[in-house]
Amino acid sequence: MTEIILLVLLVIAALAAVSMRNLVSAGMVLAVYSLLMAVIWTSLNAVDVAFTEASVGAGITTVLLIAAVSHTGRKEAPSKPGRRMKFIPVVMLLIVLALVYGTFGMPDFGDPEAPSHHHVAPRYIHRSHDETAVTNMVTAVLASYRGYDTLGETTVIFTAGTCVMLLLRRRRRKPGKETKRGGATG
Amino acid sequence: MNNVTIQAVSRLLIPFIQLFALYVIVHGDSGPGGGFQGGVILAASFILYAIVFGAKAGRERVSRKTSDILSSSGVLIYGGVGLCCMLSGGYYLEYNALPFANPHLASHYGIFGIEIGVGVTVAAVMITIFFEMSRRDEKEHADGRAVQEARTDD
Repeated sequence: MTEIILLVLLVIAALAAVSMRNLVSAGMVLAVYSLLMAVIWTSLNAVDVAFTEASVGAGITTVLLIAAVSHTGRKEAPSKPGRRMKFIPVVMLLIVLALVYGTFGMPDFGDPEAPSHHHVAPRYIHRSHDETAVTNMVTAVLASYRGYDTLGETTVIFTAGTCVMLLLRRRRRKPGKETKRGGATG
Repeated sequence: MNNVTIQAVSRLLIPFIQLFALYVIVHGDSGPGGGFQGGVILAASFILYAIVFGAKAGRERVSRKTSDILSSSGVLIYGGVGLCCMLSGGYYLEYNALPFANPHLASHYGIFGIEIGVGVTVAAVMITIFFEMSRRDEKEHADGRAVQEARTDD
């Protein structure tokens, strides 16, 4: 029952975020969405994912979205209701139906016979403590069994930071020249 | 933001947020969380400071140079742990090969090392992204300084 309430609230938050014209409010509603998602992950016993969702989705992303809005403006530009817009809801509905149809082919929720529970999961559950000496199985997988992936993830974050430095720093470095060029750099 | 309440509350909260962030990074192997989450929380504490006391005051705490160096050194710590594994006779990132008393301890310390690396990079990059993306409201009186900084940087 609690899960149904949470999922309904999640859909409401998603629709509200899409329909809002004020971009700061939309960012706030997305934070609510992430927090609800974190509660759902917790109720599914996925605490590590919930932790990430709460800190990154509800925390940092909201701050960065609002920081980005401070560059652009608070209001969403009004869209013109042209002929193109009319068939988009139909396409969306078809995609949703196709995705729902796809879920019928998946194993039942929590099915112990699901293929994902028979590949590497038994080894992680039985042997991860012996092999890696850490008690949190998620950390054992992330840091040890999938150490290369985590190295890649860290490199991606570093690359993102480098790109932000390269793209956004140049503008501030030449504040005198910017006005001469007539805002060509900004 | 010159609101006394917000300043007082965040002055009280920020040390605890940072302590919690370090706890999450260090306890990644025995509880939920790890380098990524802890790094994000650590960055959030600095971002809170910068929002409440202004970007300029925030940059005095974490200078541009510091965050730049930290964001790359985290990846280097991670890669360095992998290289240490190779130097002590194992494969890349095979923590059991590290020269500690037993393979269990070695694996533990190896994972601890990379968690710290992840945390340092994530925290520094998030701080960098925030500072670069937030608009300079105090640009007028910070401009002279920015020009000077740019000259010394170049």
